[in-house]
Amino acid sequence: MAAFTPPPLPSDDKRWKIVAGTMRKNGFARHALIETLHTVQSSFGYLDNDAIRFVAKSLRVPLSQAYGVVTFYHYFSLKPPGKHTLTICTGTACYIKGTDQLVSAAEKHLGIPKGETTADGQISLMTARCVGACGRAPVALTDGELQGQMSGEQMLAQLERWAVE
Amino acid sequence: MTNEELEKIAESVRAERAKYDHEINVCMGTGCLSQHSDKMKEELVKAVEASGKRAFVRRTGCMGLCAAGPLVLIDPEETLYQHVRASDAQSIAGSLGGKPLAALQCNLREHFDQQVHVVLENSGHIDPEKIDDYISRDGYKALVKALTEMTPNDVVQQITDSGLRGRGGGGYPTGLKWGTVAKAAGSLKYVICNGDEGDPGAFMDRSVLESDPQRVLEGMLIAAYAIGASKGYFYVRAEYPLAVARLTNCLREARRRGLLGNNICNTSFNFDVEIRLGAGAFVCGEETALIASIEGRRGTPKPRPPYPAVSGLWGKPTLINNVETFANIAPIIRNGGKWFAAMGSERSKGTKVFALTGKITNTGLIEVPMGISLRTIIEEIGGGVPDGHTFKAVQTGGPSGGCLPTEMLDLGVSYDSLLKVGAMMGSGGMIVMDDTSCMVNVARFFIEFCMTESCGKCIPCRAGTAQMHTLLTRICEGTGTMDDLELLIELCDTVKETSLCGLGQTAPNPVLSTLKYFKNEYLEHILHKRCPAGVCNIAGTPAAKPEPAEVLA
Repeated sequence: MAAFTPPPLPSDDKRWKIVAGTMRKNGFARHALIETLHTVQSSFGYLDNDAIRFVAKSLRVPLSQAYGVVTFYHYFSLKPPGKHTLTICTGTACYIKGTDQLVSAAEKHLGIPKGETTADGQISLMTARCVGACGRAPVALTDGELQGQMSGEQMLAQLERWAVE
Repeated sequence: MTNEELEKIAESVRAERAKYDHEINVCMGTGCLSQHSDKMKEELVKAVEASGKRAFVRRTGCMGLCAAGPLVLIDPEETLYQHVRASDAQSIAGSLGGKPLAALQCNLREHFDQQVHVVLENSGHIDPEKIDDYISRDGYKALVKALTEMTPNDVVQQITDSGLRGRGGGGYPTGLKWGTVAKAAGSLKYVICNGDEGDPGAFMDRSVLESDPQRVLEGMLIAAYAIGASKGYFYVRAEYPLAVARLTNCLREARRRGLLGNNICNTSFNFDVEIRLGAGAFVCGEETALIASIEGRRGTPKPRPPYPAVSGLWGKPTLINNVETFANIAPIIRNGGKWFAAMGSERSKGTKVFALTGKITNTGLIEVPMGISLRTIIEEIGGGVPDGHTFKAVQTGGPSGGCLPTEMLDLGVSYDSLLKVGAMMGSGGMIVMDDTSCMVNVARFFIEFCMTESCGKCIPCRAGTAQMHTLLTRICEGTGTMDDLELLIELCDTVKETSLCGLGQTAPNPVLSTLKYFKNEYLEHILHKRCPAGVCNIAGTPAAKPEPAEVLA
């Protein structure tokens, strides 16, 4: 059997080299699928069809399996994130401390349901199933930075700042 | 690595420490970091330098009391400062060697005095990114002892003698599990550390991985030796970036010291570990689902048997233990199984780490001997319910557990006692609720969680949790009927009895336990259309006849 040659990179975007690096490190093994998808998401911010196709082909995984994995795990996103991301934790400790009110206040303020991005691509509103900082509940992540004991005013002030930044 | 070499490293760490009069330990766990303890540490370094005092500022892992963060511990005086800001750096440096600063001092003796630290013995005392700090506190002595003085059978025997049970929630005897994998046929075996802490409201594993990762690795190495494995995986949530970073560093440091790789401690024992990131699926805490995820597939469970101990990762015998279980191994080997078995209650030995959160004054991480009463944990260690509210329930075991009322507070905490009253030990989440929480709404919250986290493989869990959610939503909205309640109870039974894995089998627990202890709240919603806690938004007039629940398949 001829040696396997992985497909060419989709473009000369340098980030694909990082993705290819992860696959090479794992010897292009099929079980490296989730690892590779993690690299794509951390490099590009999300997974689009081209990326999934490229990874599936490189690892010789059926496209259906790759797509199945992407949609199974909550961590993977098929949509590009906004310029800023507000992630509100909805774990039990945060729920007990009233995080559902934070979520509905943010939804109302931005005019989008959770999981969506504003039409101008400025702000994404996400929820998380516990970020493990329950001692500081309610917790939110502003562009990945953890904020403990988040109040409604604090959150809305941040959203106001982001709307123009 | 030999005992002499370990001692030499420990000696050099002690010599380095002896150069200083004071050690300033700054908590840099996720909780305190979110309050910028990193910037505060920088200021402390500058202030100490300027003061000319001989003090060393160290980054440490979690000190437990997240509610009072950022925390700073001054040794050898053992002065604990709370809510420390960067602007306090000057005065802290100034006070070294003199009187402690009364304004910052944290005097919560009752919080700490009742705790027994085994798993957390190093947390807050060592720099989690320096392997030598770990070695200076008896680190890797257990590994050297196991490899040079014990046979694999001896190791399994000690773990069996200790009575240690799996800390992930199930409570399966660890020694028995190790023995089964050790006896399994095949030369290639795997060890997996389950760090997929999906239980919302719990952060024990994150904290241990962030504060003392070497301890977990040492436990894994000893396990690998005992069962004859040469390869291991750390499965950690991608949502825990700091834990992943510290673990990556931990493996690098261990490799540098020759504690990972080939011929560990000059013996024929070879072992290496890789990190695998979870991708946000609660079901992956279930061992067969976790294995599927490491294999790069969707995390759906498989029927057992065969158990992973016989046929696990890539069909090979596999040992899966939780982070906290592995963290208990080194002290057991060091001090003997009997030492461990002397702590705790009849059938639950040792200590347990709990994440104490919700409506409680001292939120944070605690470690207590098994058998301690819930009342001691909540009222003394936790400092009770704040803001003049009254205690209503404590939830243990996460989405698989139950809510216990005031009458149950004198219950001693153990695997069996909690199961008996309809709750569960679980991984260690303990969430306190006061009179502002509606128990029907809480049940709905957990069912919603299980509904979205159900992998969809078996129908009872996939469709059952969705139907239960519909019924609970109706009750919360004030349109539920007594027939709905009856149907809900029947569904609980079906889902519990017929689901494939632990997720479905335990999903009804929050509903059943709230029904058992707080049935009047359900009745208030249904019969009087009111929510006693004022949480549920019930419209003035109930809607017309509710639609029959949609049939999902």
